[in-house]
Amino acid sequence: MTNSIAELEDAGCIFVIGSNTTAAHPLVARRILRAKEKGAVLLVADPRRIQLSLYADVAVQHRLGSDVALLNGLMHVILKNGWEARDYIAERTEGFEELAALLMDYPPERVAAITGVAPEDLARLAELYATRKPAAIVYTMGITQHTTGVDNVKAICNLAMLTGNVGFKSAGVNPLRGQNNVQGACDMGALPNVFPGYQAVNVPENHAKFSQAWGRPLPDKPGLTILEMVKAMEEGRLKALYVVGENPKLSDPDMNHLRHAMKNLELLIVQELFLSETAQGAEVVFAAASTAEKDGTFTNTERRCLRFCKAIEPLGDSLPDWEIICRLATAMGYPMSYSHPEEIFAEITRLTPSYAGMSYARLGLSGLQWPCPTPEHPGTQFLHRDRFTRGRGRFHAVPYIDPAELPDAEYPYFLTTGRMFAHYHTGTMTRVSPHLDREQPTGYVEINPEDARRLGIAEGETVAVASPRGRMEAPARLCRTVRPGTLFLPIHFGENPTNVLTSAEAMDPLAKIPEFKVSKARLEKVEWS
Amino acid sequence: MYRLVPSVCSYCGAGCGVLFEVLDNHLLSTLPLKTHPVNEGRLCIKGWSLHEYVESDMRLTGPYLRLNGRLHQVTWERALSFAAQRLKEIVARYGPDSVGVLASAKISNEENYLLQKFARAVVGTNNVDHCARL
Repeated sequence: MTNSIAELEDAGCIFVIGSNTTAAHPLVARRILRAKEKGAVLLVADPRRIQLSLYADVAVQHRLGSDVALLNGLMHVILKNGWEARDYIAERTEGFEELAALLMDYPPERVAAITGVAPEDLARLAELYATRKPAAIVYTMGITQHTTGVDNVKAICNLAMLTGNVGFKSAGVNPLRGQNNVQGACDMGALPNVFPGYQAVNVPENHAKFSQAWGRPLPDKPGLTILEMVKAMEEGRLKALYVVGENPKLSDPDMNHLRHAMKNLELLIVQELFLSETAQGAEVVFAAASTAEKDGTFTNTERRCLRFCKAIEPLGDSLPDWEIICRLATAMGYPMSYSHPEEIFAEITRLTPSYAGMSYARLGLSGLQWPCPTPEHPGTQFLHRDRFTRGRGRFHAVPYIDPAELPDAEYPYFLTTGRMFAHYHTGTMTRVSPHLDREQPTGYVEINPEDARRLGIAEGETVAVASPRGRMEAPARLCRTVRPGTLFLPIHFGENPTNVLTSAEAMDPLAKIPEFKVSKARLEKVEWS
Repeated sequence: MYRLVPSVCSYCGAGCGVLFEVLDNHLLSTLPLKTHPVNEGRLCIKGWSLHEYVESDMRLTGPYLRLNGRLHQVTWERALSFAAQRLKEIVARYGPDSVGVLASAKISNEENYLLQKFARAVVGTNNVDHCARL
């Protein structure tokens, strides 16, 4: 997030696109609803009719995968009416002319044909977003899990900069992170191309700095992303995989494909709390301790580094992850020894400029938001104040491209996937929690009642969903959350795995994020013989 | 002994502050932290139920090793030395880039830091990623 969660309350306008906030980030949704109570305008664009749509001043259901067309259409209307922030564009940005030229091609009628959003609704969305400052955009994986994920994000940034909404309190571009420490994992360099603090591995100074700090000459060629690793396994180039706290057999885009690729591994090591689908196939399983059983820090979606404390001893013979990694490194001939996570944190702050001013003592219970470069620095509530970090904010003219798959005669439905309020990711934690399991014990598929009627499907009846990759069965849930012709599946349920249906081939060329949000599918009644 | 221990919810990325209510080394409940800048004393249903997965019967309580096709519980020493030995053999035979490390959006900053350090300094590869995209 460029801005902070609490700031949302004081926004003049909040535009939620591709985020089912009340289900996936309830305590952020609380701020959005609070803002609405205080007089903010709420705009929602989502292919499903989500809970927030019910509270919105304008809610549109654009066709799955048509985000760039919708956003370009909004900007077209803004320019046509002169609602853009001319001084801001001139002083703080570059590339405006190319964008303006591209936007000529997105008149409301063409946008309506692509997105299904009526020109009147488009005009109202554009006017309210552009004129009710400060305006904040909130998005999540409804924007990113597309073959055009990077384009979608660029289009969002264009919209925010065009109206002068970056670099101010309660405005900004605010992606909500899905997992509690996605932000931290990225900050810490758990990425193939960067060291901690986004210091690129192939920049000679960074390479020298870390090689010296860690006492070894390090590789300087960027490594493989997850999906590239799967490909490398398939081709026999990747022989060993060490998986910590992940369940790729359920979270990766194509389960059958991954299962096949994993067969080629000579060694699979899994470090987990539970014997997950992935751990069941491992040669070695390391039993890890949970958050409650160790000390450490997480960094949340607003860049706030937060301290958590050990509440109980590790269960049985399990060990905190940091201790297992240290022991494995030591067994491999690279001694790693730290008496406490605080010692590791001190090493991080020495090597990571954006964390340099932090310490356990300073974090306290409220944490600190990076960048926090010195011990006196109060942390940074919102980014790009006065100027963009890179100098001038760059507009990127992004044309609309169709998703990799659209429905056809054989697979006439749009299929999309997502989350529901009681469960979390692949369900390894929430499904063993009695209260959460009681809320939703099984998977389901959301079907519009019109489609159900045509196929003679009753509420709760088991139906089959098939795509070119595979087939799965789940109970039907008839609801108007989805439009006719669209199916929705929650991702949390291992016995109804959505990733037998989704594709590993369709991914964003730059971010390598799979297109979980759009597939084509067929819906079938299951006949019992 | 009864204690309240400050922690952070390990579900979504909002990072709500919680207090674990602990009695004699067992978790009793999860309470919201009133002074926390994110949640100001409120939680969602996942947050209120946060303690429930921790002491689940399904949790792994020790390391396992595959012997004759099946996973058996073994000592840490045995599991670690097997993994270290096999990793070293694979690096020696196929080179460091034949190894991949998947870090996690669920473990701490300190642990992610150590894990990428492990991949880069111990194994010698930049093949390290996590599931931010999934």
